[in-house]
Amino acid sequence: MLEPIEDLGGAAQPLLEVKGLVKHFPVGGGLFAKTKVVQAVDDVSFTVAKGETVGIVGESGCGKSTTARLLMQLMPRNEGEIIFDGQLVGESMSLRDLRRAMQMVFQDSYASLNPRLTIEESIAFGPKVHGMADGAARTLARDLLTKVGLKPETFANRYPHEVSGGQRQRVNIARALALNPRLVILDEAVSALDKSVEAQVLNLLVDLKREFGLTYLFISHDLNVVRYISDRVLVMYLGQVVELGPVDEVWDGPAHPYTQALLAAMPASDPDQRTEVPPITGDPPNPIDPPSGCRFHTRCGFCEDVCISTVPRLSMVADGAHQAACHMVIPGSGHTRAPAASEAAA
Amino acid sequence: MSLASDTAPLVEIDNLTIRFTGERTVHAVNGVSLALPKGQVLGLLGESGSGKSVTLRALMRLLPKKRTQISGTVRVAGQDVLALDDDALSAFRGRTVSMIFQEPALALDPVYTIGDQITESVVRHEGASHATGRARALEMLELVRIPSAKRRLDAYPHEMSGGMRQRAMIALALACRPQVLLADEPTTALDATVQIQILLLLRELQREMGMSVIFVTHDIGVAIEICDKVAVMYAGQIVETGSLRDIVRDARHPYPRGLLASTVHGAKRGQRLETIPGTPPSLSEAPSACSFAPRCTFARQVCRERLPPAVELSPGRVVRCVLAQETVPVT
Repeated sequence: MLEPIEDLGGAAQPLLEVKGLVKHFPVGGGLFAKTKVVQAVDDVSFTVAKGETVGIVGESGCGKSTTARLLMQLMPRNEGEIIFDGQLVGESMSLRDLRRAMQMVFQDSYASLNPRLTIEESIAFGPKVHGMADGAARTLARDLLTKVGLKPETFANRYPHEVSGGQRQRVNIARALALNPRLVILDEAVSALDKSVEAQVLNLLVDLKREFGLTYLFISHDLNVVRYISDRVLVMYLGQVVELGPVDEVWDGPAHPYTQALLAAMPASDPDQRTEVPPITGDPPNPIDPPSGCRFHTRCGFCEDVCISTVPRLSMVADGAHQAACHMVIPGSGHTRAPAASEAAA
Repeated sequence: MSLASDTAPLVEIDNLTIRFTGERTVHAVNGVSLALPKGQVLGLLGESGSGKSVTLRALMRLLPKKRTQISGTVRVAGQDVLALDDDALSAFRGRTVSMIFQEPALALDPVYTIGDQITESVVRHEGASHATGRARALEMLELVRIPSAKRRLDAYPHEMSGGMRQRAMIALALACRPQVLLADEPTTALDATVQIQILLLLRELQREMGMSVIFVTHDIGVAIEICDKVAVMYAGQIVETGSLRDIVRDARHPYPRGLLASTVHGAKRGQRLETIPGTPPSLSEAPSACSFAPRCTFARQVCRERLPPAVELSPGRVVRCVLAQETVPVT
């Protein structure tokens, strides 16, 4: 195993701090057409404490995967700072160090493995790049295969196409752990798996987190899975964080109408409690030209003038941990359902 | 209509077996039998490779002819589907049975407008005039609640959002008022807030039009929202059939029991999830014993030696497991 990465900031320092992250993609544009901009991630800020699991939920196009790719520096960001254990990435922390400390598991287990390397070679590749001798790296790869529940004697010399989807995702997890990272980003890592296999991999992730002292950023569209695995959760809509907080608080008392709709849209689990009315109608708008003010106002049942004119900031819902970006929770925002401004001062 | 034809199942599959040949043989469906009365929604629930989509495609003869060996019988509205010639098949598709798919972007023709595609379908299948077809197209787009339907008639599929395209595909599939709608994971690719809208729309249309629906899904939650009856598939076989409530509350076969227990829904953080160990079998050989036995905690010697019996617990409630046999008093 590579040497553990030294803890610099102590327990109170968040492992990851993201400040004002922005990513705009130019689209279209030709000789005569005007270039448009997809606001994929627009002013996203959050922290991840050491040892915590933070979930990110949202629908397609909300920017959750783009956020993950920006954190891994898989694409350049337009604006924003990423601070890893107190070190500013790109200044006091090099890209090479970041990529060792932060690893990612993708949804497509096949596309993320080199088809021409055996499973053992794939897992040993990273440690060798970081200076480990070939023999030691192969021994490590076999140890990790055991840890993720695959017998090395059966699987080490197989190629990615020779194993099932669930087994391949275990290989990807082993490969992510090979560098002895501190943070693992799981981007829809169990979404492509069948339900019976998904449960196996979730159990494995929980075990590995404990054993290796990991911190997870868990991105998923599956609300049940996020509730099961996360301590805190971020809800994203059209490139922005609309609500964040401890997962039970958010699930039991969602403050943002979008979060409420998302939770209400989950299919029933009891045949006698079928959904009767869809919580919201229509599709999410196009992120190329997002609505003004609150981006959710076009689908929101509580929309008022202030929602169209003014962008709501993330504000406390009950205590400091649970926040929502909705004019209905911002004291004195001008929304008829907002608490009075004086209450906040009291 | 005579009383007998009223009670006869609209869809009847008997011992359907489908094998794909080629570089390697895949025994995709192994002896599937099911019956669906008029006006009911049957869910085919299973994981990838369980044979649910292949069974559905066989109902419309959509499988590649050259590489597929099919045996058994499939009867829909009194017609022997596997024996239809090309003309009869063409008349059968769209009018008697119609299908919606997971990816509307692939199922719709990208170079024709939505209105043209629905119009063509009505003109071809019903011999109606172009004007009648066009009127029906508008009526259908309104039925599936596409806003500003008149304008949308002239929209191309790529100009619509995912949810709109799925509605347009439903409009196309229902344009000729089929008796049976086959739905192959039609909400799987959709976002959560759109998925529930489409499910409720399908439920409503099914009730209004009195159709029978076979709904393929891997998601038990989706099945709960829409199905009356459920057939659970594993390794190309139906392992348990029953009413939705029977399956959700009182599954008897160890596979659906395990599947329901392994759900993340309601599980507490830190608590281990129940799992089904192992992985589904490769389908390179026809099953000669219980396919689930290698993963089953209750498996006995007999499970590994012969095919499990189909035990009928009550009318319409069938479990393919030796354990179920013991709970039924021998009469």
